[in-house]
Amino acid sequence: MSLWEYANPVKFLRLSGKVLPWISILAAVLLVSGLVWGFFFTPDDYRQGSTVKIIYIHVPSALMAINAWFMMLVASLIWLIRRHHVSALAAKAAAPVGVVMTLIALITGAFWGQPMWGTWWAWDPRLTSFLILFLFYLGYMALWAAIDDPDTAADLTSVLCIVGSVFAVLSRYAVNFWNQGLHQGASLSLDKEENVSDVFYQPLLLAIGGFVLLFFALVLVGTRTEIMKRRTSAIIAREQSK
Amino acid sequence: MNALLIRDLRLAIRAGGGFGLGLAFFLIVVVLVPFGVGPNMALLGKIAPGILWIGALLACLLSLDRIVALDFEDGSLDLLATSSLPLEAVVTLKAVAHWITTGLPLVLAAPVLGVLLGLSQDGYYWIVVSLLIGTPALSVIGTFGAALTVGLKRGGLLLSLLVLPLYVPTLIFGAEAARRGAEGLATGTPLLMLAGITCGTISLLPFASAAVLRINLR
Repeated sequence: MSLWEYANPVKFLRLSGKVLPWISILAAVLLVSGLVWGFFFTPDDYRQGSTVKIIYIHVPSALMAINAWFMMLVASLIWLIRRHHVSALAAKAAAPVGVVMTLIALITGAFWGQPMWGTWWAWDPRLTSFLILFLFYLGYMALWAAIDDPDTAADLTSVLCIVGSVFAVLSRYAVNFWNQGLHQGASLSLDKEENVSDVFYQPLLLAIGGFVLLFFALVLVGTRTEIMKRRTSAIIAREQSK
Repeated sequence: MNALLIRDLRLAIRAGGGFGLGLAFFLIVVVLVPFGVGPNMALLGKIAPGILWIGALLACLLSLDRIVALDFEDGSLDLLATSSLPLEAVVTLKAVAHWITTGLPLVLAAPVLGVLLGLSQDGYYWIVVSLLIGTPALSVIGTFGAALTVGLKRGGLLLSLLVLPLYVPTLIFGAEAARRGAEGLATGTPLLMLAGITCGTISLLPFASAAVLRINLR
Protein backbone atom coordinates (compact mmCIF):
# COMPACT_ATOMS: atom_id res chain seq x y z
CA MET A 1 0.00 0.00 0.00
CA SER A 2 1.71 3.13 -1.14
CA LEU A 3 0.84 6.43 -2.74
CA TRP A 4 2.22 5.22 -6.08
CA GLU A 5 -0.65 2.74 -6.43
CA TYR A 6 -2.83 5.65 -7.46
CA ALA A 7 -0.60 6.20 -10.47
CA ASN A 8 -2.79 3.45 -11.92
CA PRO A 9 -5.61 5.37 -13.65
CA VAL A 10 -8.27 2.80 -12.70
CA LYS A 11 -7.40 2.99 -9.02
CA PHE A 12 -7.10 6.76 -9.24
CA LEU A 13 -10.54 7.06 -10.82
CA ARG A 14 -12.10 4.80 -8.21
CA LEU A 15 -10.59 6.62 -5.24
CA SER A 16 -11.08 10.13 -6.61
CA GLY A 17 -14.70 9.27 -7.47
CA LYS A 18 -15.31 8.37 -3.84
CA VAL A 19 -13.44 11.34 -2.37
CA LEU A 20 -14.62 14.02 -4.78
CA PRO A 21 -18.18 14.57 -3.43
CA TRP A 22 -16.87 14.93 0.12
CA ILE A 23 -14.17 17.41 -0.87
CA SER A 24 -16.69 19.40 -2.89
CA ILE A 25 -19.22 19.53 -0.05
CA LEU A 26 -16.55 20.49 2.48
CA ALA A 27 -15.21 23.17 0.12
CA ALA A 28 -18.70 24.61 -0.31
CA VAL A 29 -19.37 24.60 3.45
CA LEU A 30 -16.05 26.27 4.27
CA LEU A 31 -16.37 28.84 1.47
CA VAL A 32 -19.94 29.78 2.31
CA SER A 33 -19.34 29.99 6.05
CA GLY A 34 -16.03 31.83 5.68
CA LEU A 35 -17.35 34.33 3.16
CA VAL A 36 -20.70 34.93 4.90
CA TRP A 37 -18.94 35.34 8.24
CA GLY A 38 -16.37 37.64 6.66
CA PHE A 39 -18.80 39.73 4.63
CA PHE A 40 -21.62 40.20 7.12
CA PHE A 41 -20.45 39.43 10.64
CA THR A 42 -17.11 41.20 10.94
CA PRO A 43 -16.68 44.89 11.75
CA ASP A 44 -15.34 47.38 9.21
CA ASP A 45 -11.69 48.28 9.49
CA TYR A 46 -11.19 51.65 11.17
CA ARG A 47 -9.21 53.04 8.27
CA GLN A 48 -10.16 50.90 5.26
CA GLY A 49 -13.89 50.78 5.93
CA SER A 50 -15.75 47.92 4.33
CA THR A 51 -13.17 47.47 1.52
CA VAL A 52 -11.19 45.33 3.94
CA LYS A 53 -13.64 42.54 3.12
CA ILE A 54 -11.99 42.03 -0.26
CA ILE A 55 -9.32 40.20 1.76
CA TYR A 56 -11.52 37.08 1.99
CA ILE A 57 -11.24 36.53 -1.76
CA HIS A 58 -7.99 38.29 -2.59
CA VAL A 59 -5.66 36.51 -0.16
CA PRO A 60 -6.91 32.92 -0.68
CA SER A 61 -6.89 33.24 -4.48
CA ALA A 62 -3.39 34.73 -4.46
CA LEU A 63 -2.23 31.92 -2.20
CA MET A 64 -3.68 29.28 -4.51
CA ALA A 65 -2.30 30.98 -7.63
CA ILE A 66 1.24 30.34 -6.38
CA ASN A 67 0.52 26.92 -4.87
CA ALA A 68 -1.12 25.73 -8.09
CA TRP A 69 2.10 26.45 -9.95
CA PHE A 70 4.05 24.67 -7.22
CA MET A 71 1.76 21.65 -7.54
CA MET A 72 2.32 21.67 -11.30
CA LEU A 73 6.06 21.71 -10.70
CA VAL A 74 5.90 18.69 -8.38
CA ALA A 75 3.58 16.82 -10.76
CA SER A 76 5.88 17.62 -13.71
CA LEU A 77 8.88 16.27 -11.81
CA ILE A 78 6.97 13.09 -10.94
CA TRP A 79 6.05 12.67 -14.61
CA LEU A 80 9.62 13.20 -15.81
CA ILE A 81 11.12 10.89 -13.20
CA ARG A 82 8.55 8.10 -12.81
CA ARG A 83 6.42 8.55 -15.97
CA HIS A 84 3.02 8.25 -14.31
CA HIS A 85 0.43 9.56 -16.74
CA VAL A 86 -1.98 10.63 -14.00
CA SER A 87 0.67 13.01 -12.71
CA ALA A 88 1.12 14.71 -16.09
CA LEU A 89 -2.63 15.03 -16.49
CA ALA A 90 -2.98 16.49 -12.99
CA ALA A 91 -0.42 19.16 -13.92
CA LYS A 92 -2.41 19.88 -17.07
CA ALA A 93 -5.65 20.13 -15.08
CA ALA A 94 -4.14 22.47 -12.48
CA ALA A 95 -3.06 25.12 -14.99
CA PRO A 96 -6.52 26.55 -15.89
CA VAL A 97 -7.45 26.64 -12.19
CA GLY A 98 -4.19 28.41 -11.40
CA VAL A 99 -4.59 30.98 -14.14
CA VAL A 100 -8.12 31.82 -12.96
CA MET A 101 -6.87 32.18 -9.37
CA THR A 102 -4.13 34.54 -10.62
CA LEU A 103 -6.70 36.57 -12.52
CA ILE A 104 -9.04 36.74 -9.51
CA ALA A 105 -6.15 37.92 -7.33
CA LEU A 106 -5.19 40.60 -9.88
CA ILE A 107 -8.76 41.85 -10.38
CA THR A 108 -9.76 41.91 -6.70
CA GLY A 109 -6.41 43.57 -6.04
CA ALA A 110 -7.30 46.30 -8.54
CA PHE A 111 -10.68 46.79 -6.86
CA TRP A 112 -8.92 47.04 -3.51
CA GLY A 113 -6.14 49.25 -4.78
CA GLN A 114 -8.44 51.82 -6.35
CA PRO A 115 -9.97 53.14 -3.08
CA MET A 116 -6.90 52.46 -0.92
CA TRP A 117 -3.93 53.52 -3.06
CA GLY A 118 -5.95 55.72 -5.44
CA THR A 119 -4.94 53.63 -8.44
CA TRP A 120 -6.14 50.47 -10.15
CA TRP A 121 -2.65 49.38 -10.99
CA ALA A 122 0.85 50.15 -9.78
CA TRP A 123 4.12 48.60 -10.91
CA ASP A 124 4.61 47.22 -7.46
CA PRO A 125 6.85 44.12 -7.14
CA ARG A 126 4.05 41.84 -5.93
CA LEU A 127 1.62 43.01 -8.59
CA THR A 128 4.24 42.77 -11.30
CA SER A 129 5.35 39.28 -10.34
CA PHE A 130 1.73 38.14 -10.42
CA LEU A 131 1.35 39.56 -13.90
CA ILE A 132 4.48 37.64 -14.94
CA LEU A 133 3.10 34.49 -13.30
CA PHE A 134 -0.07 35.01 -15.35
CA LEU A 135 2.04 35.11 -18.55
CA PHE A 136 3.82 31.91 -17.51
CA TYR A 137 0.46 30.18 -17.07
CA LEU A 138 -0.67 31.36 -20.51
CA GLY A 139 2.50 30.07 -22.16
CA TYR A 140 2.26 26.72 -20.37
CA MET A 141 -1.36 26.21 -21.42
CA ALA A 142 -0.68 27.34 -24.98
CA LEU A 143 2.12 24.78 -25.27
CA TRP A 144 -0.21 22.00 -24.04
CA ALA A 145 -2.80 23.06 -26.60
CA ALA A 146 -0.32 23.27 -29.48
CA ILE A 147 1.05 19.71 -29.40
CA ASP A 148 -0.98 16.77 -30.68
CA ASP A 149 0.96 13.82 -29.29
CA PRO A 150 0.04 13.58 -25.55
CA ASP A 151 3.37 12.15 -24.34
CA THR A 152 5.45 14.72 -26.21
CA ALA A 153 3.18 17.47 -24.88
CA ALA A 154 3.56 16.18 -21.31
CA ASP A 155 7.36 16.02 -21.66
CA LEU A 156 7.77 19.46 -23.19
CA THR A 157 5.38 21.21 -20.80
CA SER A 158 7.09 19.54 -17.83
CA VAL A 159 10.48 20.89 -18.88
CA LEU A 160 8.90 24.30 -19.51
CA CYS A 161 7.35 24.21 -16.04
CA ILE A 162 10.71 23.49 -14.40
CA VAL A 163 12.61 26.14 -16.38
CA GLY A 164 9.70 28.55 -15.91
CA SER A 165 9.76 28.03 -12.14
CA VAL A 166 13.40 29.03 -11.96
CA PHE A 167 12.73 32.12 -14.06
CA ALA A 168 9.58 32.98 -12.10
CA VAL A 169 11.58 33.02 -8.85
CA LEU A 170 14.31 35.02 -10.58
CA SER A 171 11.75 37.52 -11.86
CA ARG A 172 10.28 37.84 -8.37
CA TYR A 173 13.60 39.03 -6.98
CA ALA A 174 14.42 41.07 -10.08
CA VAL A 175 11.23 43.15 -9.78
CA ASN A 176 11.94 43.58 -6.07
CA PHE A 177 15.20 45.20 -7.07
CA TRP A 178 13.55 47.15 -9.89
CA ASN A 179 10.84 49.01 -8.01
CA GLN A 180 9.75 49.74 -4.46
CA GLY A 181 6.29 48.62 -3.55
CA LEU A 182 2.98 49.91 -2.24
CA HIS A 183 1.80 46.45 -1.25
CA GLN A 184 2.05 45.60 2.43
CA GLY A 185 4.34 42.83 3.62
CA ALA A 186 3.28 39.48 5.01
CA SER A 187 0.77 39.81 7.84
CA LEU A 188 -0.56 36.25 8.14
CA SER A 189 2.68 34.60 9.28
CA LEU A 190 2.42 32.20 12.18
CA ASP A 191 5.59 33.41 13.87
CA LYS A 192 5.18 37.18 13.77
CA GLU A 193 4.00 39.69 16.34
CA GLU A 194 2.19 42.03 13.95
CA ASN A 195 -0.56 40.19 12.15
CA VAL A 196 -4.08 40.77 11.00
CA SER A 197 -6.48 41.10 13.92
CA ASP A 198 -8.21 37.89 14.99
CA VAL A 199 -11.62 39.27 14.00
CA PHE A 200 -10.51 39.13 10.36
CA TYR A 201 -8.11 36.22 10.76
CA GLN A 202 -10.64 33.53 11.73
CA PRO A 203 -13.06 33.89 8.82
CA LEU A 204 -10.05 34.35 6.52
CA LEU A 205 -8.69 30.96 7.61
CA LEU A 206 -12.05 29.39 6.75
CA ALA A 207 -12.01 31.06 3.33
CA ILE A 208 -8.43 29.91 2.69
CA GLY A 209 -9.40 26.34 3.64
CA GLY A 210 -12.36 26.61 1.29
CA PHE A 211 -10.18 27.79 -1.60
CA VAL A 212 -7.67 24.98 -1.00
CA LEU A 213 -10.41 22.35 -1.09
CA LEU A 214 -12.05 24.03 -4.08
CA PHE A 215 -8.71 23.84 -5.87
CA PHE A 216 -8.36 20.13 -5.05
CA ALA A 217 -11.91 19.44 -6.20
CA LEU A 218 -11.43 21.28 -9.49
CA VAL A 219 -8.08 19.60 -10.18
CA LEU A 220 -9.61 16.18 -9.44
CA VAL A 221 -12.50 16.87 -11.82
CA GLY A 222 -10.07 18.09 -14.46
CA THR A 223 -7.77 15.08 -14.08
CA ARG A 224 -10.69 12.64 -14.24
CA THR A 225 -11.96 14.35 -17.39
CA GLU A 226 -8.50 14.15 -18.98
CA ILE A 227 -8.19 10.43 -18.17
CA MET A 228 -11.61 9.71 -19.64
CA LYS A 229 -10.79 11.83 -22.70
CA ARG A 230 -7.60 9.83 -23.17
CA ARG A 231 -9.64 6.61 -22.94
CA THR A 232 -12.27 7.67 -25.43
CA SER A 233 -9.64 8.73 -27.96
CA ALA A 234 -7.94 5.34 -27.48
CA ILE A 235 -11.26 3.57 -28.11
CA ILE A 236 -11.96 5.71 -31.19
CA ALA A 237 -8.47 4.99 -32.54
CA ARG A 238 -9.01 1.25 -31.99
CA GLU A 239 -12.39 1.31 -33.75
CA GLN A 240 -11.01 3.22 -36.71
CA SER A 241 -8.09 0.88 -37.19
CA LYS A 242 -10.38 -2.14 -37.47
CA MET B 1 32.94 21.62 -32.95
CA ASN B 2 34.61 24.38 -34.93
CA ALA B 3 33.29 22.91 -38.15
CA LEU B 4 29.73 23.03 -36.87
CA LEU B 5 30.14 26.61 -35.66
CA ILE B 6 31.60 27.73 -38.98
CA ARG B 7 28.84 25.90 -40.86
CA ASP B 8 26.15 27.62 -38.80
CA LEU B 9 27.77 31.02 -39.26
CA ARG B 10 28.08 30.49 -43.03
CA LEU B 11 24.45 29.43 -43.30
CA ALA B 12 23.30 32.40 -41.27
CA ILE B 13 25.28 34.91 -43.31
CA ARG B 14 24.77 33.46 -46.79
CA ALA B 15 21.37 31.83 -46.85
CA GLY B 16 18.12 33.71 -46.83
CA GLY B 17 19.22 37.10 -45.49
CA GLY B 18 18.41 36.30 -41.86
CA PHE B 19 21.63 38.02 -40.89
CA GLY B 20 20.75 41.62 -41.72
CA LEU B 21 17.09 41.23 -40.89
CA GLY B 22 17.52 41.49 -37.13
CA LEU B 23 19.57 44.66 -37.49
CA ALA B 24 17.03 46.22 -39.86
CA PHE B 25 14.26 45.37 -37.41
CA PHE B 26 16.24 46.97 -34.56
CA LEU B 27 16.59 50.13 -36.68
CA ILE B 28 12.86 50.20 -37.50
CA VAL B 29 11.83 49.84 -33.84
CA VAL B 30 14.14 52.64 -32.75
CA VAL B 31 12.93 54.90 -35.61
CA LEU B 32 9.28 54.23 -34.80
CA VAL B 33 9.52 55.14 -31.11
CA PRO B 34 9.94 58.94 -31.66
CA PHE B 35 6.88 58.85 -33.94
CA GLY B 36 4.98 57.31 -31.06
CA VAL B 37 6.13 59.49 -28.17
CA GLY B 38 6.96 62.74 -29.98
CA PRO B 39 10.28 64.38 -31.03
CA ASN B 40 11.11 65.73 -27.56
CA MET B 41 14.87 65.06 -27.28
CA ALA B 42 14.96 65.40 -23.47
CA LEU B 43 12.24 62.77 -23.06
CA LEU B 44 13.80 60.49 -25.69
CA GLY B 45 17.21 60.74 -24.06
CA LYS B 46 15.65 59.69 -20.77
CA ILE B 47 13.98 56.57 -22.15
CA ALA B 48 16.72 55.78 -24.71
CA PRO B 49 18.44 52.96 -22.71
CA GLY B 50 15.12 51.18 -22.22
CA ILE B 51 14.12 51.56 -25.88
CA LEU B 52 17.48 50.27 -27.07
CA TRP B 53 17.19 47.26 -24.76
CA ILE B 54 13.64 46.44 -25.83
CA GLY B 55 14.57 46.92 -29.49
CA ALA B 56 17.54 44.58 -29.14
CA LEU B 57 15.37 42.03 -27.33
CA LEU B 58 12.69 42.07 -30.04
CA ALA B 59 15.27 41.86 -32.81
CA CYS B 60 16.77 38.87 -31.03
CA LEU B 61 13.33 37.27 -30.75
CA LEU B 62 12.67 37.72 -34.46
CA SER B 63 15.55 35.52 -35.51
CA LEU B 64 15.03 32.75 -32.94
CA ASP B 65 12.96 30.39 -35.06
CA ARG B 66 15.86 30.09 -37.53
CA ILE B 67 18.19 28.61 -34.91
CA VAL B 68 17.03 25.01 -35.16
CA ALA B 69 13.97 25.02 -37.43
CA LEU B 70 15.89 24.83 -40.75
CA ASP B 71 18.11 22.01 -39.53
CA PHE B 72 15.04 20.21 -38.20
CA GLU B 73 13.24 20.44 -41.53
CA ASP B 74 16.04 19.18 -43.77
CA GLY B 75 17.04 16.43 -41.34
CA SER B 76 20.55 17.61 -40.51
CA LEU B 77 19.50 17.86 -36.86
CA ASP B 78 18.95 14.08 -36.81
CA LEU B 79 22.49 13.62 -38.11
CA LEU B 80 23.84 15.99 -35.45
CA ALA B 81 21.91 14.09 -32.77
CA THR B 82 23.45 10.78 -33.83
CA SER B 83 26.96 12.21 -34.20
CA SER B 84 29.61 11.86 -31.53
CA LEU B 85 29.08 15.44 -30.38
CA PRO B 86 26.68 15.58 -27.40
CA LEU B 87 23.44 17.43 -28.11
CA GLU B 88 24.22 19.83 -25.26
CA ALA B 89 27.29 21.00 -27.18
CA VAL B 90 25.27 21.30 -30.39
CA VAL B 91 22.69 23.61 -28.84
CA THR B 92 25.41 25.66 -27.15
CA LEU B 93 27.15 26.10 -30.50
CA LYS B 94 23.86 27.07 -32.11
CA ALA B 95 23.36 29.70 -29.41
CA VAL B 96 26.92 30.97 -29.94
CA ALA B 97 26.33 31.20 -33.69
CA HIS B 98 23.05 33.05 -33.06
CA TRP B 99 24.81 35.48 -30.74
CA ILE B 100 27.62 36.19 -33.22
CA THR B 101 25.18 36.80 -36.08
CA THR B 102 22.45 38.63 -34.11
CA GLY B 103 23.60 39.70 -30.64
CA LEU B 104 27.00 41.10 -31.54
CA PRO B 105 25.74 43.27 -34.45
CA LEU B 106 23.04 44.61 -32.14
CA VAL B 107 25.65 45.54 -29.54
CA LEU B 108 27.68 47.37 -32.17
CA ALA B 109 24.65 49.12 -33.67
CA ALA B 110 23.17 50.27 -30.35
CA PRO B 111 25.43 53.33 -29.81
CA VAL B 112 24.82 54.47 -33.41
CA LEU B 113 21.07 54.30 -32.89
CA GLY B 114 21.56 55.97 -29.51
CA VAL B 115 22.43 59.15 -31.46
CA LEU B 116 18.92 59.13 -32.93
CA LEU B 117 17.44 58.96 -29.45
CA GLY B 118 19.64 61.61 -27.87
CA LEU B 119 21.40 59.24 -25.48
CA SER B 120 23.49 61.07 -22.89
CA GLN B 121 27.31 61.12 -23.10
CA ASP B 122 27.89 58.44 -20.46
CA GLY B 123 25.10 56.33 -21.93
CA TYR B 124 27.02 55.14 -25.01
CA TYR B 125 29.59 53.26 -23.00
CA TRP B 126 27.09 51.64 -20.65
CA ILE B 127 24.59 50.58 -23.31
CA VAL B 128 27.39 48.72 -25.09
CA VAL B 129 28.65 47.13 -21.88
CA SER B 130 25.20 46.07 -20.67
CA LEU B 131 24.18 44.68 -24.07
CA LEU B 132 27.51 42.90 -24.41
CA ILE B 133 26.96 41.17 -21.08
CA GLY B 134 23.23 40.58 -21.50
CA THR B 135 22.71 39.48 -25.12
CA PRO B 136 24.40 36.06 -24.68
CA ALA B 137 21.67 35.25 -22.12
CA LEU B 138 19.03 36.28 -24.68
CA SER B 139 20.55 33.92 -27.27
CA VAL B 140 20.77 30.98 -24.84
CA ILE B 141 17.22 31.45 -23.50
CA GLY B 142 15.98 31.88 -27.08
CA THR B 143 17.65 28.64 -28.14
CA PHE B 144 15.70 26.86 -25.40
CA GLY B 145 12.45 28.37 -26.71
CA ALA B 146 13.36 27.47 -30.29
CA ALA B 147 14.15 23.88 -29.30
CA LEU B 148 10.88 23.68 -27.39
CA THR B 149 8.71 24.74 -30.33
CA VAL B 150 10.71 23.25 -33.20
CA GLY B 151 8.23 20.49 -34.05
CA LEU B 152 5.18 22.74 -34.16
CA LYS B 153 3.52 23.96 -37.29
CA ARG B 154 2.72 27.49 -36.14
CA GLY B 155 5.48 27.79 -33.57
CA GLY B 156 6.34 31.45 -34.21
CA LEU B 157 3.71 33.16 -32.08
CA LEU B 158 3.91 30.51 -29.38
CA LEU B 159 7.69 30.98 -29.30
CA SER B 160 7.26 34.67 -28.43
CA LEU B 161 4.68 33.88 -25.76
CA LEU B 162 7.02 31.34 -24.15
CA VAL B 163 10.30 33.23 -24.48
CA LEU B 164 9.31 36.81 -23.59
CA PRO B 165 8.40 36.04 -19.93
CA LEU B 166 11.76 34.26 -19.61
CA TYR B 167 13.47 37.46 -20.83
CA VAL B 168 12.06 39.55 -17.96
CA PRO B 169 14.96 39.26 -15.46
CA THR B 170 17.59 39.88 -18.16
CA LEU B 171 15.70 42.93 -19.42
CA ILE B 172 15.20 44.35 -15.92
CA PHE B 173 18.87 44.19 -14.94
CA GLY B 174 20.21 45.09 -18.40
CA ALA B 175 18.01 48.14 -18.87
CA GLU B 176 18.56 49.19 -15.26
CA ALA B 177 22.35 49.06 -15.69
CA ALA B 178 22.14 51.07 -18.92
CA ARG B 179 19.77 53.62 -17.36
CA ARG B 180 21.93 54.08 -14.27
CA GLY B 181 24.99 54.44 -16.48
CA ALA B 182 23.30 57.05 -18.67
CA GLU B 183 22.31 59.06 -15.58
CA GLY B 184 25.79 58.83 -14.12
CA LEU B 185 24.87 56.57 -11.20
CA ALA B 186 26.74 53.50 -9.95
CA THR B 187 26.07 50.48 -12.18
CA GLY B 188 27.84 47.77 -10.21
CA THR B 189 24.90 45.86 -8.74
CA PRO B 190 22.68 45.49 -11.84
CA LEU B 191 25.70 44.67 -14.02
CA LEU B 192 26.80 41.93 -11.63
CA MET B 193 23.27 40.53 -11.49
CA LEU B 194 23.11 40.62 -15.29
CA ALA B 195 26.44 38.81 -15.55
CA GLY B 196 25.14 36.27 -13.03
CA ILE B 197 22.05 35.60 -15.14
CA THR B 198 24.18 35.23 -18.26
CA CYS B 199 26.62 32.81 -16.58
CA GLY B 200 23.76 30.85 -15.02
CA THR B 201 21.79 30.48 -18.24
CA ILE B 202 24.87 29.57 -20.29
CA SER B 203 25.85 26.85 -17.84
CA LEU B 204 22.41 25.35 -17.12
CA LEU B 205 19.98 25.99 -19.97
CA PRO B 206 21.80 23.96 -22.69
CA PHE B 207 20.86 20.83 -20.70
CA ALA B 208 17.18 21.79 -20.83
CA SER B 209 17.46 22.74 -24.53
CA ALA B 210 19.10 19.41 -25.37
CA ALA B 211 16.45 17.55 -23.35
CA VAL B 212 13.52 19.16 -25.21
CA LEU B 213 15.31 18.69 -28.53
CA ARG B 214 15.65 14.96 -27.81
CA ILE B 215 11.92 14.81 -27.05
CA ASN B 216 11.13 16.63 -30.29
CA LEU B 217 13.39 14.32 -32.31
CA ARG B 218 11.77 11.17 -30.90
